[in-house]
Order: sequence, then C-alpha cells, then structure tokens
Amino acid sequence: MRLSPDEIIFWQYGFLKLNATIVYTWALMLVLAAGSMLVTRRLSTGQERSRWQNLLEIVVTGIEKQIGEVGLRNPKKYLGFLGTLFLFVAAASLCTVIPGYETPTGSLSTTVALALCVFVAVPLFGIEDRGLAGYLESYMEPTVLMLPFNIISEVSRTLALAVRLFGNMMSGAMIIAILLSITPFVFPVVMTALGLLTGMVQAYIFSILAAVYIAAATRTRKPAAKDDPGAEPAPGT
Amino acid sequence: MDSMTIIAVASIVIAGITTGFGTMGPALAEGRAVATALTSLAQQPDASATITRTLFVGLAMIESTAIYCFVISMILIFANPFWNHVIAQTAAK
Repeated sequence: MRLSPDEIIFWQYGFLKLNATIVYTWALMLVLAAGSMLVTRRLSTGQERSRWQNLLEIVVTGIEKQIGEVGLRNPKKYLGFLGTLFLFVAAASLCTVIPGYETPTGSLSTTVALALCVFVAVPLFGIEDRGLAGYLESYMEPTVLMLPFNIISEVSRTLALAVRLFGNMMSGAMIIAILLSITPFVFPVVMTALGLLTGMVQAYIFSILAAVYIAAATRTRKPAAKDDPGAEPAPGT
Repeated sequence: MDSMTIIAVASIVIAGITTGFGTMGPALAEGRAVATALTSLAQQPDASATITRTLFVGLAMIESTAIYCFVISMILIFANPFWNHVIAQTAAK
C-alpha cells in the first residue's frame, strides 16, 4: 500500500523523477491559473455579468471577509497569499472526485512546501508592517525569558501545519483504500463524501491559521510604540 | 524469536496502541470543546460567526494531536524504517 503519491513515478531520467505529486500539482496550477485568466478576461461592472464572474466574485469577497474577521486590518494586501493557499488546498481536495487522481496534499513534500511559504511569509509581513526592530522585539513580548520559547513555537507550528494537512489528506485516502478491500460498495462512497468535507475544512483551517499567524506578527504595534519610545514606529499603512 | 519477528510484533502492537490511546485524549477534548461551543451558541446566537470560526480552528488544533498518532501508526505499519533495515540486512546475507 502506498503512503503518498510520491511513489507513483510517471517518468524517470537519471535521478530526475516525475512523480504523481508534481504532475498533479502542475495540473492544478494550470487549471487554477487558466481558469481565472479565462474568467477575468471579460469582466463587466454592470448588472449583466457571466456566471463565472459571479462565482469568482463570491469566492474572492468571501476570502477577503474571512481574512478581515481574523483581525488583519488591510485584507486586500494579504488576499493574494492567503487566497492562493486556500484555493490550492481546496481545489486539491475537491478534485479527489475525479477517478485516478491522487491529491498532491497527501504527500508530505507538498504540505511542507506550503508550510514553509507561511514560515517565510510571516516574518516578511511582520517586518514590512512594524520594521525590523519592531518585529524582532515581538519575540521578547512578555519578557526576554520567553525568547527561546517564541523561536521554538515558530518552528513547531510550521511543522504542525505541514503534518496536520498531510495527516488529514493521507488518512482520508488510506481509509478509503482500506474500506475498498473490506466493503467495496457503499461505505467508500460515504467516506469519499466525508473526505470532501474534511478537505474543505482543512483548506479553511490552513489559510485561517496562516492569517492568524500573520495577524499575530503584524499586530500590537501601537501599544508597543507607546510603551517603548525606543522602538522604531512603523510608518502608517 | 529472531529479530524480524520481534520487530514485526512490536511494530504492529505499538501501532494499535498508539492510535487507540492517542485518540482518547483528543476525543474527550473535542467533546468538551463542542459542548461548550454549543452552550455559548445557545446563549449568544448573535456571536455565532466568531464562535464557529474559533471552534473550527480549535478543533483542528486538538485534532492534530490525534493525527500525529495516526501518522506514527501508519509509519510503523507501512513505512517502518527498522523493518526495512532488517530486510536489507537479510537480503545482503
């Protein structure tokens, strides 16, 4: 039994392998990018609009609203990053209804890559918002004693983000595979439907957690600037 | 019992124990979290959006501990490094 789609290899030249994870990731990227380009090619601002434009507007405004509710002040700025994370993970798990498709998020390499993006993006957004000194000061937030724990939590939450998504996606595929050998007809269908729900919830959680981390890195600059005049006040955004 | 049998028995038994005991705590915790969320939803239906969002994020956090246990069981059964090592040694002989 396979633990991840990394083990399906379509093409190999020397040590260059083209496995199912890469192929399906590329296919998803192509579908998402080409789909949104096709939809946004003819946008209308009037009452008459295509159904695809309606769909895209619902998705974009929904994501923007969710980001705003987490506590980020300027949701449009983070929409590109967080929205892409959500759409990719959601599309990756929704496409499991297509026969022969293996979700690329069921491979630890994909989820680690996504989590590393969050790991890099959080300090970038934090530094952009509060300045380098202000951001580094947030690591010593309650006291200096908490510095090692803050650094540990930065690493461990990235690991948790990656393993959570991988574990959920892999366990869904694994349970369906096990059930197919025990009760082939009804229960795999039910578990597939449950897997779709789990996939959407995980996509939501992945992007919301990324938003929460970014909000934690960019927040509290005004009280910090008031308490400590030595801290470099970030320019107002 | 040679070492192959010991490794196989230990892996299988520990895989079962890991998932069994590892899901106990998260199950209790999720039950408590959902019960509390339902109580507060009944008391304050206006705050349902915030409560639901926080509940989902919290449930995912709690659930991930159970998922870690599941991942470890799956590694023990399907991708056991010790087992692969023993197999490689036996093949080399």
